Amino acid sequence: MTAAPLLAVENLSVAFGGHPAVSGLSFTVKRGETVALVGESGSGKSATALAIMGLVGRDGGRVTAGRILLDGTPPLDLAALPEPALRRLRGRRIAQVFQEPMTALNPVIPLGEQVAEALRLHEGMGRAAARAAARAAFARVGIPDPDRRLDQFPHELSGGLRQRVMIAMALACRPDLLIADEPTTALDVTTQAGILDLLRRLQAETGMGILFITHDMGVVAEIAQRMVVLRAGRKQEEGPVAQVFARPRADYTRMLMAAAPRLGAGSPPAPRDPAPVLGVEDLSVGFPTGPFWARRVHHAVAGVSLTIGRGETLGLVGESGCGKSTVARAILRLIEPSAGRVRLMGRDLAGLSAAALRPLRAEAQIVFQDPFASLNPRLTVRDLVTEPAAIHGRLPPGGRRALAAELLARVGLEPEAADRWPHQFSGGQRQRLCIARALSVRPALIIADEPVSALDVSVARQVTDLFARLQREDGMAILFISHDVAVVERVSHRIAVMQAGRIVETGPTEAVLAAPRHPYTQRLLAAVPRPEPGRLRPALPEAPPPPPVVLRAGARPARAPLVAVGPGHLAAIDAVPPPVRAARLPAAAEA
Amino acid sequence: MTALAAPRAPGALARLWAEADAVQRAALVLALILLALALLAPLVAPFDPNAQSLLARMRPPAGFERARPGHWLGTDELGRDILSRCLFALRLTLGLALAGAVIGLVLGGTLGLIAGLLGGRVEAAVMGAVDAQIAVPFTLIALFVLVLFGNTLPVLVIVLGLYGWEQYARIVRAETRKLMAMPFIEAARAAGAGPVRIARVHLMPNLVSPLVVQFTLSLSGIVLLESTLSFLGLGVQPPTATLGAMVGVGRDYMPNAPWIVIAPAVTILLVTFAVQILGDWLRDRADPRLRPR
Repeated sequence: MTAAPLLAVENLSVAFGGHPAVSGLSFTVKRGETVALVGESGSGKSATALAIMGLVGRDGGRVTAGRILLDGTPPLDLAALPEPALRRLRGRRIAQVFQEPMTALNPVIPLGEQVAEALRLHEGMGRAAARAAARAAFARVGIPDPDRRLDQFPHELSGGLRQRVMIAMALACRPDLLIADEPTTALDVTTQAGILDLLRRLQAETGMGILFITHDMGVVAEIAQRMVVLRAGRKQEEGPVAQVFARPRADYTRMLMAAAPRLGAGSPPAPRDPAPVLGVEDLSVGFPTGPFWARRVHHAVAGVSLTIGRGETLGLVGESGCGKSTVARAILRLIEPSAGRVRLMGRDLAGLSAAALRPLRAEAQIVFQDPFASLNPRLTVRDLVTEPAAIHGRLPPGGRRALAAELLARVGLEPEAADRWPHQFSGGQRQRLCIARALSVRPALIIADEPVSALDVSVARQVTDLFARLQREDGMAILFISHDVAVVERVSHRIAVMQAGRIVETGPTEAVLAAPRHPYTQRLLAAVPRPEPGRLRPALPEAPPPPPVVLRAGARPARAPLVAVGPGHLAAIDAVPPPVRAARLPAAAEA
Repeated sequence: MTALAAPRAPGALARLWAEADAVQRAALVLALILLALALLAPLVAPFDPNAQSLLARMRPPAGFERARPGHWLGTDELGRDILSRCLFALRLTLGLALAGAVIGLVLGGTLGLIAGLLGGRVEAAVMGAVDAQIAVPFTLIALFVLVLFGNTLPVLVIVLGLYGWEQYARIVRAETRKLMAMPFIEAARAAGAGPVRIARVHLMPNLVSPLVVQFTLSLSGIVLLESTLSFLGLGVQPPTATLGAMVGVGRDYMPNAPWIVIAPAVTILLVTFAVQILGDWLRDRADPRLRPR
């Protein structure tokens, strides 16, 4: 390790227009070290990354003060370097991995060609040599069957593999510094665990420095040695990860730590024998796919059964593509189920005509993930939040004005908000508006589809607290869908784990999380990063692959009958191993 | 509904004026002047637009040599007063273009909305018709219809109305499909909104922007189409003046009497300028995110 740090950011200030994004930020990254840059949206962490890459000007910003020194002979000040010199550095000495691996890859160029491009550009390799090097890079990041992948296109790969390609591309020229901007945020936890392992292994091999930008305290604890906490462009705290976690000095850091969901932090006690609100029996949804001469059916949901009672929250967890959002939409008949029954307040929704269904719609409302797309930009808040009530003719004597004021007060917004437009609100406030809209008809059931996944942790905390308070006041049933087990634990009385269109395990939250019985649940829980620095995450237990979901027309998807393994605790029969505690699972559970 | 930005309350016009910038104010004034001139053409025109005076052919506008007093913009190849003809032509062209563009908007917009909203066979049928329309040159269809049904003003208005309907349908259908996938539409469906309510409250306000842009484009397109048809002898019949026909005829005299072309051409320019600026303004006003506060 050389004496000078690899990267030294000194008193950096970045401004977009007249608005300062980063003010007087200083930190260093040494060779072989991972420094986490932690903060919520608007904290300036991405602006810092852009400034280091010399790309801040492209987005209309500029470095207003400070230096960004990259070690070398002589040391280079990235903030003062002209564009052609920066271009030679980018990709060769500094590389970046982005959050969204789909949009960061060019959809019409084969993957191998995209990696080879960087090599030809910077190393002056010939076509064949670059292809061989790209193949080696693919093998290095653990992409199975690299020869075939070289000629594939981005859409043919899963999100995790795409992110591996991005890393292969970034590391092709063996950079000294890797900037990883939320590289695992868009990925499932089990995939995230693989990517974090990969980055650690590659760092050990090459000795590169990593600047890891994230909002997730669990990820910080898992990958970084030191951390810098940012808020509104200013450094709040800096130090070794273990020390900051044990004794956070800044108030803001303490607030972040408290707000971050933490697996094992406990869940609310379940209500006793609640009156049933929703009963789903054997719900199936199939989408036709493939050409008409070889029609196949994608069984997105294959025989899901669940019940939710009054005042109860059922958490539905699973990784992307497991069919949990499809379950939500099928319950509300936003998409037509292909089989099964949905009983809401004693009425079967599945067979009803659209007209007969309409009055029942007041009983079940939905809140979506993306608070920006869930509100019609052309309507005022008053019209938005009162729309369901207006449709069902349930406006109080004071009309929309009175109802809007009442709803806004319930979700913690000031009454003046009624006259404003959705774009004038922040993400968390918009999610409150969506909840107010759902409340306007006093539904018996609220389906919340990833309601806090797009929000900052502190805001997410407020929104989940809001759900809990409203449930205490009104006693509605909530189906809470999320990919984040820790968030689900915090809000749910009971939990259902979904994989490949089937529920593989369900039961009281505490029971399922403390003693998961299905291998998939065990794997899922083991992959969740914990905000405990120094803890070595056990290798993920292997789970048998799920049965195929795309079948020829007429074929029935495999069912997973659930058997009782505890009081109210059911697990799919296809694999019920003896009870094992998830967190301390031995590495070679099922090799 | 709340969404359209048309002035409602008294004082809305004053507020509109206060929000406008210099160009928008100029366009608004220009549009009002053009509209007034078109409406009042019989009163303000100094001459009968079709009165020929063969002794005063191709006289230049006032201020030039050989100018004839009273004919402020000169005379054309038959000695008719260009100012008077321009005013009457403005009246007719504006009426034709507006009627045509509105018919196209309503027809294409409705079909596109229904196609996007219902999907399935309806959508396939509408989009098939759109493709067929795009594949056949419109001038050919226009000629065919005009020859078949006779060249009367109602037929001409219908033909001009058919012009561009497929563009509206295409745009509205694409935009509708995009909007239908948005969570706020799903939320409305989950709230119990039927297709009519979704179209009225959630789709239409969000369709204003692309429609206004297409409207301003097609308005200029219709003026050109009308002049093409006039040139081929299938538009409004001479001696009735339309701006397109005046440009078409005047072209032959450009070397010697450029004013015959310039006057109607500048009028067309002013009309399109006013329409474009007002269209952009309306588009921005319809979007609360861009509206000045």
